[in-house]
Amino acid sequence: MADVNIKINGRDFAVPAGSTILDACRLCGIRIPTLCFMREINEIGACRICMVEVKGARSLVAACVFPVNEGMEIFTNTPKVIESRKTTLKLILSTHNKTCLQCVRSGSCELQKLCQEYGIENEDEFAGAVPNTHVDDTAVHMIRDNSKCVLCRRCVAVCDKNQGCAVIGPNNRGFDTEIGCNFNLDLASVACISCGQCINVCPTGALHERDDTQKVFDAINDPEKIVLVQTAPSVRVGLGEEFGNPIGTIVTGKMVSAIRALGVDKVFDTNFAADLTIMEEATEFIRRYTQKDNLPMFTSCSPGWIKFIEYYHPDMLPHLSSCKSPQGMFGATAKTYYAQKIGVDPKNIYVVSVMPCSAKKFEAQRPEMSAAEGCPDIDVVLTVRELARMIRKAGIMFNELPDGEFDAPFGLGSGAGTIFGATGGVMEAALRTAYEVLTGEELKELEFTDVRGTQGIKEATYNIAGNEIKVAVCSGTANADKLVRMIKSGEKNYDFVEIMACPGGCVNGGGQPIQPAYVRNNVDIRAVRAAALYRDDENLPVRKSHENPDIKAVYAEFFGEPGGEKSEEILHTHYTPRTRYTVK
Amino acid sequence: MVKKISEVAFRDTPEQAARFEKVIAENKHDKSRLMAVMQEAQDIYGYLPSEIQIRIAEGMDVPAEKVYGVATFYAQFALSPKGKYAISVCLGTACYVKGSQQVLDKICETLGIEPGSCTADAKFSLDACRCVGACGLAPVMMINDEVYGRLSPDDVEGILAKYE
Repeated sequence: MADVNIKINGRDFAVPAGSTILDACRLCGIRIPTLCFMREINEIGACRICMVEVKGARSLVAACVFPVNEGMEIFTNTPKVIESRKTTLKLILSTHNKTCLQCVRSGSCELQKLCQEYGIENEDEFAGAVPNTHVDDTAVHMIRDNSKCVLCRRCVAVCDKNQGCAVIGPNNRGFDTEIGCNFNLDLASVACISCGQCINVCPTGALHERDDTQKVFDAINDPEKIVLVQTAPSVRVGLGEEFGNPIGTIVTGKMVSAIRALGVDKVFDTNFAADLTIMEEATEFIRRYTQKDNLPMFTSCSPGWIKFIEYYHPDMLPHLSSCKSPQGMFGATAKTYYAQKIGVDPKNIYVVSVMPCSAKKFEAQRPEMSAAEGCPDIDVVLTVRELARMIRKAGIMFNELPDGEFDAPFGLGSGAGTIFGATGGVMEAALRTAYEVLTGEELKELEFTDVRGTQGIKEATYNIAGNEIKVAVCSGTANADKLVRMIKSGEKNYDFVEIMACPGGCVNGGGQPIQPAYVRNNVDIRAVRAAALYRDDENLPVRKSHENPDIKAVYAEFFGEPGGEKSEEILHTHYTPRTRYTVK
Repeated sequence: MVKKISEVAFRDTPEQAARFEKVIAENKHDKSRLMAVMQEAQDIYGYLPSEIQIRIAEGMDVPAEKVYGVATFYAQFALSPKGKYAISVCLGTACYVKGSQQVLDKICETLGIEPGSCTADAKFSLDACRCVGACGLAPVMMINDEVYGRLSPDDVEGILAKYE
């Protein structure tokens, strides 16, 4: 697009026509503060933090939505602009629950940061009435505390536009406006899929995961308990950010050392369980493909997606793979095979999952997730953020740790397991195995690049042993909704479909480290984190699930064969149709 | 003011249901018709029961939270039915300075409901309104079409008793 000539703070620049003032200034090295702005999904100019002066304009304008035009003269830091931003901040503070010292987001709060930058000297200047708010702690995975809400609507935007759920939105009007659910129901009573995307975009402490760290500290200090920790594929690419590492830093070794330093008994790799999932899922797919049994088959690794289909398309449940997620398979294997192997009562085995995900907290407490009599497969789920909190609390100097190794017998994961963390990864991993099983030949070219990348819906057709296998890969449940509707209407047909609830997959999961809007709006964190996982895959000695020696051992010693009786009983599950709306 | 959701059980007649389904059928292909559909539903039922909000959501393929958000944003949408006797207390300037807030408070206390809601037996509903054009009689309230003027909180119980 052609450029237009503008002046910013008296200096001449040429910027692409059609840019907003916000983007134009950024290109010219000036960051304008924002609070409500989220690129593409929440460009509503509501918070009035990004106000700038434009010569000739009647009043200040919102830089995030105001387009530049030829000859425009913009002033970004005049006394009038600064005063306006300060007043807006003080007005937000006038109804804000300023218990910052005890706030989970202290230090990463965007409101706090703005107040520091603008030198808010009197946070109570406009003290007065505050709206009635309450804390909603009904959901398993998260807490909503509207006393810290700034009404930016970023959570509303992701819930609606990215996730297609829209279970939260602005209710009431004016001073009484509050983000909530229909009929003021609590979050546990509406069709929330627990994906946690709202938490990731909340600028303040209004939305945060339920903190389960104390349960883990207690288990570590309980001499009766054998504490096993599993870490999901994309934890290794997220955790480093909590300790100041650049986005996309793989910290597998330090992560293992840090968890070990917390005093747990064993540190295992969910990548092992991801490989186990592939063995089961690829076997299930081959059977279902041959028998034309409820195709397309949908993957079942993402608990947000599971909850989504249960609520929004319960008629499609027969299409889901019956495989438990890798987290579930790990827990079930730990409490059966491993308990037996080390001769311990499964009740004394305490399984901690570290996940990039908040929906895993919901999954863990499903009653059907219990392979060993009376024991949940998973005892507690920590998000990446909670693990980081534990590491800090324990005084462990993360970046100075030596690289540790996972423990046996669940310490080896293939590259196929690693890429589970990115959208398309499960499909690629399954294809690597399905190809070799179906053809009996070695797969030379391991990269299935058509299913890589951050697009919401990807399609490909692969010819495997004479079969044209049509696949689709989808992330973000709004895209999943679109895809499922097309499948239902007959507009599209596939054999195998991978769906991840979070856009970009687990690398952008609701339990990953929070990156502020000014990073998210300018860097595709999904792509950067995913690229790191694909590099990790390339560097691993084993890149196909069925070649993982730990997997071969667990089948030889315990499960027999994929899809066999024992694995059906322990590694597979069933689903529950749910009603989307409840009347109040 | 935060609207209170009715505790009166929802009931509809076959005629109402048929009219409502027709409205949905005529508008379901255009989500921008949401507000119009909500208005027509309110014309049919007198308010927007939760059950009807859900049917609008499903019929129009919009999330129920959006329907509820719109219903609670605009003053003209009611979440409670009108009672057999609909009370409106004027909080316009003249009535307010003459003490209509105290009259309203007294009614709330007597009936045990808040403005914008209806008693569980559907007998009385209560609303605060703006000027009814009888400022000379301030403070004023109306019960259905009956106007009561020059009120004091002490008059409330006697007037309501007439409707028992």
